[in-house]
Amino acid sequence: MVHTSSDSPAVLTTGLVKVFGENLAVAGLDLRVERGECFGLLGPNGAGKTTTVEILEGLLEATGGVVQLFGKTWERDAHWLRERVGVSLQTTHLQEKLTVRETIELFHAFFLEGRTVAETMDLVRLTEKADARYETLSGGQKQRVAVACALVGKPDLLFLDEPTTGLDPQSRRALWDVVTTFKAGGGSVLLTTHYMDEAEKLCDRVAVIDHGKVIACGTPNELIDSLGAKEVVEVRLEPRADASGASPRPSEAEANAEAEANADGRDALRATLRATQGVVSLREGAGVFTLTVTQIHAALPGLLAAFEAHGERIASLGTHRATLEDVFIELTGRQLRE
Amino acid sequence: MSDRTRRVRAIRALVTAHLRASYREPGGLFWTYGFPIIMSLVLGLAFRARAPEPARIAVAEGPRAAWVVEKLSGGRDVVATATPLARAENDLRVGKVDALLLPEADGSVTYRFDETRAEARLARALADRELQRAAGATPAVRSKDELVTEIGARYIDFLLPGLLGLSLMSTGFWGIGFSLADMRGKKLLKRIVATPMRRSDFLASFLIVRVVLLGIELPPLLVFARLLFSISVRGSPVAFLVVVLLGSLLFATMGLALASRAENPQIVSGLINVLSFPMYLCSGVFFSAARFPERVQPVLRLLPLSALNEALRAVMIDGAGLHDIARQLAVMGVWLGLSFALAVRLFKWR
Repeated sequence: MVHTSSDSPAVLTTGLVKVFGENLAVAGLDLRVERGECFGLLGPNGAGKTTTVEILEGLLEATGGVVQLFGKTWERDAHWLRERVGVSLQTTHLQEKLTVRETIELFHAFFLEGRTVAETMDLVRLTEKADARYETLSGGQKQRVAVACALVGKPDLLFLDEPTTGLDPQSRRALWDVVTTFKAGGGSVLLTTHYMDEAEKLCDRVAVIDHGKVIACGTPNELIDSLGAKEVVEVRLEPRADASGASPRPSEAEANAEAEANADGRDALRATLRATQGVVSLREGAGVFTLTVTQIHAALPGLLAAFEAHGERIASLGTHRATLEDVFIELTGRQLRE
Repeated sequence: MSDRTRRVRAIRALVTAHLRASYREPGGLFWTYGFPIIMSLVLGLAFRARAPEPARIAVAEGPRAAWVVEKLSGGRDVVATATPLARAENDLRVGKVDALLLPEADGSVTYRFDETRAEARLARALADRELQRAAGATPAVRSKDELVTEIGARYIDFLLPGLLGLSLMSTGFWGIGFSLADMRGKKLLKRIVATPMRRSDFLASFLIVRVVLLGIELPPLLVFARLLFSISVRGSPVAFLVVVLLGSLLFATMGLALASRAENPQIVSGLINVLSFPMYLCSGVFFSAARFPERVQPVLRLLPLSALNEALRAVMIDGAGLHDIARQLAVMGVWLGLSFALAVRLFKWR
């Protein structure tokens, strides 16, 4: 049955569930990725991102729920879908002894139609490395070969599972360019990442998932707006002579820092800060107070006054626009890369 | 593009990739070309034609020593040296001589030797025979010797087909089993499955590679066997090709089955060793399985390597044709079918 209503979304899941033994990896996930859209799945390690993606890629069977790509299912139309889906797994070690060209040639041979090998190498900027063996490539170049193997079949939908994890900034930007070019050609992308800047840069919409569930979904801006605050103020206080445990130690785990913070006699300060006009929320970690505020210029005088009133001296103060990272911490109370 | 052309294209690409990967691996190159040649050279040295070693006898110095030495040195079976008694005893102890001969005053001789050493007993017998003959004894029974040098009856004739069988087994197990498990461990298997490629084509490409490599590995071995040991295939070349091809496919398929679940090459190594070792010993590679008790032999003959080795020996040495080795071919066929069914049933693509 090959009829695709052109309005069926690139990806549609309803109530997706995956159980490994006793472990509920995906706990009822609903997603919709429109055609031509770049959609990001965000979440910490173990949130169920990779499991979800592998089900969507037709590599894992779901325990329950419905998965449709372009209105088709893996059970019925696997072959049709394989021709139209490009996959880059979280980790793949391609054949060490083959060159870039030979590797892409191999994958090219699997598809009915596709880009030429030369075109694909050009797309991922590896033409210069065409005759270099895979084993001699840098991490970023290897990752681009993997993406090239996903692109060579000229897919309509591209899956990228943590494409830039562990790469240097330059390699990350090179990969982002590849994704942007692919999207400009009308392709749909579903990528997972735990880099917020990556999601903000590439994704039209993102879903934050944790414990196998979507806990927030929308455009990056919508999610940031949902904080009710656009700006973040970070204040590092000078250690107080009488509170030995309050010295800032950035390397310590947040939990420890939290415990210390509660024992440092700053409860009154916290209450005052929360009550200050314009403050939406307050977090503490490793001796740093992080406040999300609606407007910096409105909240700052009150905040400075509050610190002074409690006899605290500010070691440093910084501000930034709220990011998806702040959204994630707000939603889960955890850092993304924990 | 028709489905057929497209599958041919995919299989050809896979075969090319496997072959490139294998000849670019220096280790693989050695095992493919170097090993059979070095093996043949070593064997050539070990089994080259040479005169039998004479027995070494020390004759204790004394009045009659010179006479005894002279009599013993008549034939080429014994080398005798007159030696002072103390040194002769020492030579015997360290194995420099096989036996010590003590000429007694009354004209008799005494042999001193280690009864448990075959060489020592042989030396004693040869020395005594020379001495008796020199002294004029005539044999009671007339006898004559017929020396066996005929090709087909030497140990190397037995060994070479066994080694060929062994190498077909190892290359199948390791070439297929090991590399598949390696690909699974590196998630390359999972990645390839995420393309429109047919899974059966992927497995078929491995078997094709095996056959191609066989065509490369086999000729040097056959040439060496011919040049160094004058061993060539006496039976029908067609039968030989059928046996080699079937054996190669059989062990490649067993390699497939061995690697069907293994998450990494270490697990496969273990499985291969467990499976190979009994066949090293019991399938008549280095010595005939006929040395095992009568009762277990029917079972041993059912081992895949036993069947292959029997068939190879029959065709190469005894000049058998296809109909003579029908039983062995059937045993191999059954193993091939079983392994294939097992591999298809168990194979994990992730």
